[in-house]
Amino acid sequence: MNSITEIIGLAVQTFKSHRMRSFLTTLGIIIGVTTVIAILSLIEGLNQSVASQIRSIGSDLIFVTKYSMVRMGPPNFEDIAKRPDLTPDDALALKQLSSVVTAVPTIEQNFTKLKYKDKEVAMTSIEGSTEDFSKVHNYIVEIGRDLNADDILHKRNVGIIGSYVAKNLFSDELPIGKDLNIGAHRIKIIGVYKEKGSFLGQSMDNLITIPYPFYEKIFPTRKRTSIYERAFGGYTISVMPKSGKVEEAMDEIRELMRRRHSLRLDQPDDFELGTQQMLFEIYQNITRVGFVAIIAIAAISLIVGGIGIMNIMLVSVAERTREIGIRKAVGASNQNILLQFITESVVLSLVGGVIGIILGILLAWLISAVSPLKAAVAPWMIILGFGFSSAVGIFFGIYPARKAASLNPIEALRYE
Amino acid sequence: MLCRAIDIHKKYSLGKVEIEALRGVSLEIVENEYLSIMGPSGSGKSTLMHILGCLDTPTKGEYFLEDKKVSDYTDAELARIRNISIGFVFQSFNLLTRLSALENVALPLLYAQVNKKERIERAKEILSKVGLAERMYHRPNELSGGECQRVAIARALVNRPKIVFADEPTGNLDTKTGKEIMELFDRLHAEGNTIVLVTHDQNIANHAKRVIKIIDGRIANGL
Repeated sequence: MNSITEIIGLAVQTFKSHRMRSFLTTLGIIIGVTTVIAILSLIEGLNQSVASQIRSIGSDLIFVTKYSMVRMGPPNFEDIAKRPDLTPDDALALKQLSSVVTAVPTIEQNFTKLKYKDKEVAMTSIEGSTEDFSKVHNYIVEIGRDLNADDILHKRNVGIIGSYVAKNLFSDELPIGKDLNIGAHRIKIIGVYKEKGSFLGQSMDNLITIPYPFYEKIFPTRKRTSIYERAFGGYTISVMPKSGKVEEAMDEIRELMRRRHSLRLDQPDDFELGTQQMLFEIYQNITRVGFVAIIAIAAISLIVGGIGIMNIMLVSVAERTREIGIRKAVGASNQNILLQFITESVVLSLVGGVIGIILGILLAWLISAVSPLKAAVAPWMIILGFGFSSAVGIFFGIYPARKAASLNPIEALRYE
Repeated sequence: MLCRAIDIHKKYSLGKVEIEALRGVSLEIVENEYLSIMGPSGSGKSTLMHILGCLDTPTKGEYFLEDKKVSDYTDAELARIRNISIGFVFQSFNLLTRLSALENVALPLLYAQVNKKERIERAKEILSKVGLAERMYHRPNELSGGECQRVAIARALVNRPKIVFADEPTGNLDTKTGKEIMELFDRLHAEGNTIVLVTHDQNIANHAKRVIKIIDGRIANGL
């Protein structure tokens, strides 16, 4: 056969004489590819925004914890509970390391209720920490003042509230100097954080930061009795390394913590070090499931589309039996016929693929225009769309094309 | 020797019934012959033509085309022989309805790997030769029966075949048009083409220089 452009021209000519049918046939592929492109670009957009959100937690932090942040599968509570608690003294010691800017111990209680007069907010996180909490976690005190060393030293019952708390408890009042209640305890508000937004769908503004010694008064360590609380209820230490010294800081932290826990050389770490990179990996692990599900859905819709193409190609072969006979009589070889029909199915599904790619991009744009989701189209998605649709065309085109190619010319010529 | 068929048999099975279409046909065709194969319907003449035209293979017997055994060829080689050595003209024209007359005529050249420019040139040339220069951009449904058959003849000739088989070429045409088509065949023969007419019509068969009669799958006269 001659150049591929001529064969493709032939295929296009065939579809022009069956416009409606060709369109309906490609519809399956169009829908499949549209969905895949739209969803992939939304996931990509989500990935990008999560990556930037993780960066917004604080830059290049190292987290020292009792439990692993990236563990997959159920953790072993007992083993974790047996490990020594991390303490504010550990943080003080870590702070002295040469590669470390500061180390902040934080103990937190999620899902707490805050009350002010007759108003209350729920699900608030109470963070027991030090004056460096805002520095490490990228909070900015907008009104009032931040915690200072004296507050910690004197176990003052003061706190900085997040913008969400401020908005809900003090809609039109100035919160500074007001007392609010956590259970029976009163906390004087000395500052309000600037709004920070949400992380993985969770508001980062529904919090109150208080000096950790005061936190211990409200939630005494001796009351943390359940195995879950003993495993997960203690301090985590957020370490801010000097810029460019993350690796060095990790080594120093590990060495110091092992010394503080008097671990012998042959004993494994009884603490965990985590970084934001690991946080991103957790996120990716979570979304991978969704990713696989989407690929499965895409595969199903492409198979359905492919079956549609195969069906119509079989109809086409039957209808054009005589044409095949004529072509063979004038010298078309089996390969010529095979190539002609495969080209037709590939062109059909590729056209569907191209339309699907365009619609998918448009759909992603539309969704990001009308919803908070952000879409990001990457070149590899377009390549994937092309690849998938041509693969479907070839795979589902082979059977009808072979059927066409193997027709007996005489019987084909006699076909009415 | 262009074609030599030796004791050709052909059996078909239609469901449970076995039909013996050819029962030992031997014949020879030389270059520039004008031959007709004549016989009533069901006599096996079309089957013979299909075998001679390499569209079909015999169940028994040997067929040599240009002194080469056809049974030795692969499918792809047979396709190539049909493409460059043989031209077919059918009773029902067998044109591709979606293509113009010009494209129909150029079709064998497509499979012969001829480039587009030359395909069009050669198809135009042959169409003017059969008197269709004015109608070559029309599709078959815009052409009369006689015109369609001229297109089919042009298609059969475009690749300069060794031999042209015409199966009841006037069967779908009125008498006057049929006569014109036969005159065209006469002229093509005079120009040096080898032509085999397959027909049940004595008047058509008489155009040929040699007539072979087939009855019940056997040659009833001639060689």
